Amino acid sequence: MIHSRNLPFVTTLAIFVIAYALCALQFPAMLSTRVIGNLLVDNAFLGIAAVGMTFVILSGGIDLSIGSVIAFTSVFVAVAVGSFGLHPLTAFALVLVISTAFGSAMGAMIRYLQIPPFVVTLAGMFLARGAAYLISTQSVPISHPFIDSVQEFYFRFPGGGRLTAMSMLMIAVFVIGGIIASRTKFGANVYALGGNPQSAELMGVPVGRTTIGIYATSGFLSGLAGIVYTFYTSSGYSLATVGVELDAIAAVVIGGTLLTGGTGLIAGTFVGILIQGLIQTYIVFDGTLSSWWTKIVIGILLFVFIVLQRGIIWYSNRRIDIARLKGA
Amino acid sequence: MTDPQNTPEAVTVLEARAIAKSFLGNIALDNVDFSLKRGEIHALLGENGAGKSTLIKILTGVYTRDSGTIRLDGAEVSPANVGEAQVLGIGTVYQEVNLLENLTVAENLFLGRQPRRFGLTDRREMRRRSRELLARYGLDIDVDALLSTYSVAIRQIIAIARAVDLSGKVLVLDEPTASLDAQEVEVLFSMLRKLKADGLGIILITHFLNQVYAVADRVTVLRNGKLVGSRDLDGLPRMELISMMLGRELQHVTRDHQASEGDVPAGDAAIHFSDYGKRGSVSPFDLAIRPGEVVGVAGLLGSGRSETAFLLFGIDRADSGTATVDGREIALTSPEAAIANGFGFCPEERKTDGIIGDFSVAENIALALQARQGWAKPIPSRKKQALAEEFIRSLDIRPADPDRPIKFLSGGNQQKAILARWLATNPRLLILDEPTRGIDIGAHAEILKMIEKLCAEGMSLVVISSELEELTAIAHRVIVLSDRKHIAELSGAEVTADNIMHAIAAPNRTEAA
Repeated sequence: MIHSRNLPFVTTLAIFVIAYALCALQFPAMLSTRVIGNLLVDNAFLGIAAVGMTFVILSGGIDLSIGSVIAFTSVFVAVAVGSFGLHPLTAFALVLVISTAFGSAMGAMIRYLQIPPFVVTLAGMFLARGAAYLISTQSVPISHPFIDSVQEFYFRFPGGGRLTAMSMLMIAVFVIGGIIASRTKFGANVYALGGNPQSAELMGVPVGRTTIGIYATSGFLSGLAGIVYTFYTSSGYSLATVGVELDAIAAVVIGGTLLTGGTGLIAGTFVGILIQGLIQTYIVFDGTLSSWWTKIVIGILLFVFIVLQRGIIWYSNRRIDIARLKGA
Repeated sequence: MTDPQNTPEAVTVLEARAIAKSFLGNIALDNVDFSLKRGEIHALLGENGAGKSTLIKILTGVYTRDSGTIRLDGAEVSPANVGEAQVLGIGTVYQEVNLLENLTVAENLFLGRQPRRFGLTDRREMRRRSRELLARYGLDIDVDALLSTYSVAIRQIIAIARAVDLSGKVLVLDEPTASLDAQEVEVLFSMLRKLKADGLGIILITHFLNQVYAVADRVTVLRNGKLVGSRDLDGLPRMELISMMLGRELQHVTRDHQASEGDVPAGDAAIHFSDYGKRGSVSPFDLAIRPGEVVGVAGLLGSGRSETAFLLFGIDRADSGTATVDGREIALTSPEAAIANGFGFCPEERKTDGIIGDFSVAENIALALQARQGWAKPIPSRKKQALAEEFIRSLDIRPADPDRPIKFLSGGNQQKAILARWLATNPRLLILDEPTRGIDIGAHAEILKMIEKLCAEGMSLVVISSELEELTAIAHRVIVLSDRKHIAELSGAEVTADNIMHAIAAPNRTEAA
């Protein structure tokens, strides 16, 4: 039997499978490994950022700074490697430290100054974007033997599809994220916070440490997403990835995570990313549709899922009430 | 060799001495002593604001004390947070917020102490241990189901199982029976007796005296942040316990009964409630109120005092009985309907339910009148101002500035402004829930005087109060509540503090005999 808390995830999965089947019926080529490989590569940075966003939303928060941190990271890496001649690995390490510290600072403000996450991360969004402009307002191309070799590294599927290093990284992030969420104390604490922060605190959850950890994770993964984005575009540009945080939120919610926190799965977010990628792929295959149809379909899906979640909550409350009446 | 279990040090598991705590200059606890023995159920009693929850929160690490010492098994402890208190051995089950509905039963039981294997949570082991743990409490349920799918009674057992398993020395239960029915309470109590036999020290906060007598060994009573006393329940008469709680020694000389002697307003009652009640809130009661009469409502905390007010004012909808005004039946389906019928209500929680802090005094006063007129017809600001100035003068609200945000006024003056709000609607029935709580003595006297003046003008009042002296001073009649029932009605010369206390104690005494 499906527990009602997994129902949103199962629904998402069913929608993806059905939608993919319909697409494949119309364009059999969409079944090819090449399409799947591209779908993963195109959404690798978004997927990584969405894992961080899933933790944040599970805890009942929100992180609006993700898109700006990705842009900052890509510009930082491009300039550090291009203008200052740092080895890419050094630049990566530096930028991950910065983005993690940035996330931790936002988490600390949310916890200790009791400022709503929306406000803190909105400020973080402007700050990171501004810092990116400060480094460079131009698109900075990046080329380095190390980066080229990573870009050329991939496994070949039968049928010509490629599983690139970036796709593998995204999948690894999802797997590790899933394990952290479901199999560690930190993960359990995140769900507890999202359920009810007062209860969580009374049950002995270290609320401060957990909150900082959540936003640090999101900051780290935004930095990692920024690095992946740099590989993906071979450049750093401060105007890039505007609004990516909203795409990430959409993926999380379509993946069945409650925006109010406490319920959801990392795996759901993966399916959410796949659905977004599928829509984009379909539009490319169709060739006549405007790319804005992606946004329209995502919008419709979001509405459907929010209503679905309300319905599930209503239904399970009703079931409890009925059980109670019968018991009385 | 002496048996360590029998030495006094070993018997006392928790000892708090001279605990003091104040919030922003208000003293919440004033040098309170408390001790708990191993294998004892110790009831902690007191009215709202007596300091019960402050004491518990200090013992369980939610608050830090200003001074005093806490010893657990003889060693001094200072838990800095709930987690530390749990590790030390003090577990707490709170009334409402205690577990997480979005997690499974097993996750709730092992949150923060998950069994691990290769560094990761071992879900199978967690399930196994959860089933084992709950079996000890006679529960055989699906530990993988969300907590939200279970009833309050089962959640309570799960919470107790978690707290005991986690801490194992002291169990604090904060009003555990508030939302349980009689049978569930019995199950809970037999469980507590079993835990007690295992040597656990249990602190039970409740306001049901029957339950205290049914399950507790010892009782500690707090009042206004001070310790009234700790007594063995065996041989403690109910009357004595009630007088400890209400803060009045039994005395047979009653105070001069100013308002009521002889001058109970004549005439027929204008407002009738017959067989009025709501299941799970207050048992059906009859109440008739004459013009110009002050009806007092007495009873211990949780006896149904405030619930009665909620019914009279339409905040809760009655599911039985009728209400009539001037012989015409009315439907009190909402506070709006009550206001339309000329009712007014000053709630107990002034800060959260009464005032709108950032609004000016004038706006707060105009609020009820505006609601009565309907929001479509705004009151002109000049009229609001005139209204406010009139009441500021007649009620002596200070500072006399209608434009000042009401949150900057003292408690007594806020209370006067709320009174003014209802007086502006010229109500025929005004319900006051604890009108004098938390205000200074001067304002206290003024408010009582105002109540007398209002009823002299023909307004009917229902006054709920836990201060017996206040009730006997102003009420023509007093309704006594116990266990959510109207159990007695005293009028005229019968309205004395002794009679009220006897009435509160009476039914319970016969039950216990």
